[in-house]
Amino acid sequence: MGKTPLDLVFNIEPNVFVSLEEYLRTGGYAALAKSLSQGAELSLREIINSDLRGRGGAAFPAGKKIEMVRGNAETTRYIICNADEGEPGTFKDRFIMTHIPFQLLEGITIAAYLSGASQGYIYVRHEYPEAQGILIKAINQAEEEGLLGENIFGSGFSFHLELFSGAGSYLCGEETALLSSIEGKKGRPRLKPPYPTQSGLWNKPTLINNVETLANIPKIIEKGASWYRSLGTEDSSGTKLISLSGDIKKRGLIEVPFGISFAEIINDFGGGPKEGRKIKAVNIGGASGVLVPPELLDTPLEYKACAQAGITIGSGAIFVLDDTRSILDNVQNRLKFFLHESCGKCTPCREGLRQADIILDKLIAGQAGVKDVDTLTRYTGAIQEASFCGLGQAAGNTLRSSLTYYREEYLACCQENRKSAGGEDLALMEETA
Amino acid sequence: MNKMKIFVNGQEVWIEKDSTVLNAVKQQGIDLPTLCHHPDQRVKANCRVCVVEVEGVKNLVASCSTKVAEGMRITTNSPRVRETVRTILELIFADHPHECLTCIRNGNCELRQLASKYGVRDIEGEKANNIFPQDKSTPSLVRNPNKCIKCGRCAEVCHHTQNVGILYSHNRGTEVCIAPEYGKQLAEVACVLCGQCALVCPVGAIHEKDDTDLVWEALANPHKHVVVQTAPAVRVSIAEEFGLPPGEISTGKLVTALRKLGFDQVFDTDFTADLTIMEEGHELLQRMQTGKNLPLLTSCSPGWINYIEQYYPGLLPLVSTCKSPQQMFGALAKTYYAQSSGIEPKNIFVVSVMPCTAKKYEAARPEMNSSGFRDVDAVLTSRELGRMLRQEGMDFQKLTESEFDAPLGISSGAAAIFGATGGVMEAALRTVYEVVTGESLCKLEFSEVRGMEGIKEASVELDGKEIKVAVAHGLDKAKKVMELIQSGKADYSFVEIMCCPGGCIGGGGQPYGTTNEVRAKRIEALYQVDENMPVRKSHENPAVQDLYRDFLKEPLGELSHQLLHTEYRNRGLSIN
Ligand SMILES: Cc1cc2nc3c(=O)[nH]c(=O)nc-3n(C[C@H](O)[C@H](O)[C@H](O)COP(=O)(O)O)c2cc1C
Ligand code: SF4
Ligand code: SF4
Ligand code: SF4
Ligand code: SF4
Ligand code: FES
Repeated sequence: MGKTPLDLVFNIEPNVFVSLEEYLRTGGYAALAKSLSQGAELSLREIINSDLRGRGGAAFPAGKKIEMVRGNAETTRYIICNADEGEPGTFKDRFIMTHIPFQLLEGITIAAYLSGASQGYIYVRHEYPEAQGILIKAINQAEEEGLLGENIFGSGFSFHLELFSGAGSYLCGEETALLSSIEGKKGRPRLKPPYPTQSGLWNKPTLINNVETLANIPKIIEKGASWYRSLGTEDSSGTKLISLSGDIKKRGLIEVPFGISFAEIINDFGGGPKEGRKIKAVNIGGASGVLVPPELLDTPLEYKACAQAGITIGSGAIFVLDDTRSILDNVQNRLKFFLHESCGKCTPCREGLRQADIILDKLIAGQAGVKDVDTLTRYTGAIQEASFCGLGQAAGNTLRSSLTYYREEYLACCQENRKSAGGEDLALMEETA
Repeated sequence: MNKMKIFVNGQEVWIEKDSTVLNAVKQQGIDLPTLCHHPDQRVKANCRVCVVEVEGVKNLVASCSTKVAEGMRITTNSPRVRETVRTILELIFADHPHECLTCIRNGNCELRQLASKYGVRDIEGEKANNIFPQDKSTPSLVRNPNKCIKCGRCAEVCHHTQNVGILYSHNRGTEVCIAPEYGKQLAEVACVLCGQCALVCPVGAIHEKDDTDLVWEALANPHKHVVVQTAPAVRVSIAEEFGLPPGEISTGKLVTALRKLGFDQVFDTDFTADLTIMEEGHELLQRMQTGKNLPLLTSCSPGWINYIEQYYPGLLPLVSTCKSPQQMFGALAKTYYAQSSGIEPKNIFVVSVMPCTAKKYEAARPEMNSSGFRDVDAVLTSRELGRMLRQEGMDFQKLTESEFDAPLGISSGAAAIFGATGGVMEAALRTVYEVVTGESLCKLEFSEVRGMEGIKEASVELDGKEIKVAVAHGLDKAKKVMELIQSGKADYSFVEIMCCPGGCIGGGGQPYGTTNEVRAKRIEALYQVDENMPVRKSHENPAVQDLYRDFLKEPLGELSHQLLHTEYRNRGLSIN
């Protein structure tokens, strides 16, 4: 996939595994060597200047986060690579781990050096045994070659990295729940502040970054911040991995520079909708992302523009629904996912999602009225605005977007105006993952 | 500077730097709704009814868990806030039994109060959870999981303050429940029945077992001679049941109220508190002479007795064999008082009014029947008495004051302070000192053992010999002291333990709204009661002196052993 091969960050080749040998041959680990020799200050400047933002969903400036950990008076610090990738329809981190694991390991090692961490964990999703196996091997190999462990490149910098297999719940991808999970507690989110950068794993300052974020770092160090910024736009630098799926001709993982529009991604990379079909909605950002109507697809993939349009880039999953799909089925599917993954700690998420689910079931069964749509809208507000953590808030966002853009479809299901709801075919949305 | 400028509903105000939005707003005279928040507990932030708007923040923020920041602009009264809070309440109610009419918390349920305040009118949601059976397995407490709103306040107090850890959160998502170990009832786990969980529960999900009907029945039975005793702590808290501020001394009104309810004699547990000091004081002297089984541990707090029987059975020989004042009273009512009044013990019905739920269990212990009849027939908590008085239509504030009946109503100031942490210690020291030295104390107050500090230590000189004593309240602190003793690191001679924080005035049967601040006020009031008493040492209580002269003969004598002392056993990890 992809048109002209570009000099990007990941340069995806779907069927190629980059071994350590191959990685070293093509300039791998030069960035780590450069960092260690030029010193942490200079290298951190480079990351900050690159404007790299977190790719795990929240888009927090990566350099700033490293700086926060680095600036902490406590010198026992940790780094955690978040490879929980629980977002349905997202498979970008898996690709990095299974195809270019050393780019990730190098990125983690550099970030550890910059933040002053000497111990790190990769928290890998339980359902990714293949990635786990590859990473364990890669870590061992890197240790043997002196790329991990004591006194790396004779610099005096030592760094140990371990793999931690996830607890098998979506919520454990949330950074504070992830911390609890590594600490052997229930994977429930904690109060923030304190943020992990202040008090993270075992109450020590902890840098938590997504796989993709960390795997960007070697390229930025190697080629410089201005090169990196030149890939994207003024507002959003670099590239983004997009997990493209749904009702399109070509599905799969692509890397695109920021600034490209969603329509371009879907049409140029995904080959557009299937023959004779029209796009009804695009689910951007995975289960926790929003439903976007076709009118908004000219929005560029850019943090600011998307925020203005109410689109969450999130993990970068794009799932296309064509006109055979029912919005309500899609929403119900995701709602059930959230309901299943909710930890149940807070009222809006626990009780709100449960009631939303009941209403949606009634709507789909044709047993609801217009008043139920209003009630659902009201509940959605509370879920979105008052939930304790990102899971509930995201569930609220996704419900909200469907109610904003597809209210007609909800109303069509109501007893008062029942005709055919949605498309001609109410087929259940296929498993998105 | 320690203050910062923020804006509350557009108004500029200066607030302490470290304060939460909730407290900052409260200082402006605005009461935000809360459910999971409790001033003595850690932040949980799970109910979400305390949300407000903060400028620049996309979503609403929970005020209980958010600290103020310089220049922060907070809005508490926008339609957005109001609508969200009302919706959250509606969502709680959707899966909540609509049984307010028949609920024990009707009238003081925090959830119901919020529903009324926020005008929850329609509840569109549906009941979705299964109906769970109630847990009525103990004589002290009832759990109704259907009314639980998962605020976690009970679990927090059970783990943190009491460090017993019976109640905790199970399961995920909509299946979450706050309960004992899966599927078990309170009687099947090592719950000590302290009732601290019930005291902090905002709703009717855990509450005292209601024994008011039992008492109404006895009062209505012409063949029963119904006598009542009231614990020291109740006189400084019962007024709160009628909306009066904490720390009000209402001994006289309480006595009048009980008389009006129809009790034949209104007596005072303080009388047997003095008696306890006589017995326990001599027990201490005896043990100090032999040097065996030291430190002597107090035994008047039944939650504490449940605790040590289940968690530190190896230390049971250290516990004073004295029954608690409640049980001593019952035993004497059916012997000494029965004889002197000529009423047959089988016709005497002893009711006690206690700040405590564990007292219900204590009264039901099979060994507590030294007269051949149950020492105490029914135990009411302060809250239950409040309910009875309200049912009777009593205007508590308007009652005149009257005095306890003699002789079982005569007491000293030393007995009054039993209700406060450190009080038993202080009362004992007043007596032991004078018995040992034969001199009279020039200063009665032992200030080192007073106050809300969790563990207090003091050393006292007794006849040229220095002895060390300690006081702990709240089982978390009791546990710390037990660990010290068990490891041989403590050289105390005498240790007072109260199960509940603050002592009995902070007991699990006290009026709702018991916070540490309220506890401190009740304690202050008890010391005031003590100061106002003409007699302030247990051994100088004339009624106690008569009791020994006419009936018991001497402390630790044969009759004392038969009526006033008990034994303990290892109960394993359940209350049965
Ligand atoms: C419910 C929930 C699930 C999440 N799952 C993931 C995940 O699987 N992987 C991930 O990197 N971040 C996930 N996050 C975001 C993390 O909390 C955190 O923001 C991220 O790991 C930070 O890394 P970044 O700054 O590199 O993006 C999740 C957040 C929420 C609220
Ligand atoms: S929003 Fe609340 S209930 Fe939902 S997962 Fe987060 S903390 Fe748990
Ligand atoms: S707990 Fe409160 S809201 Fe629930 S039934 Fe009882 S009074 Fe009503
Ligand atoms: S009575 Fe005490 S020990 Fe038992 S559950 Fe309640 S707080 Fe815990
Ligand atoms: S029992 Fe009461 S205090 Fe405990 S979680 Fe339920 S509502 Fe809260
Ligand atoms: S009181 Fe703030 S979340 Fe419960």
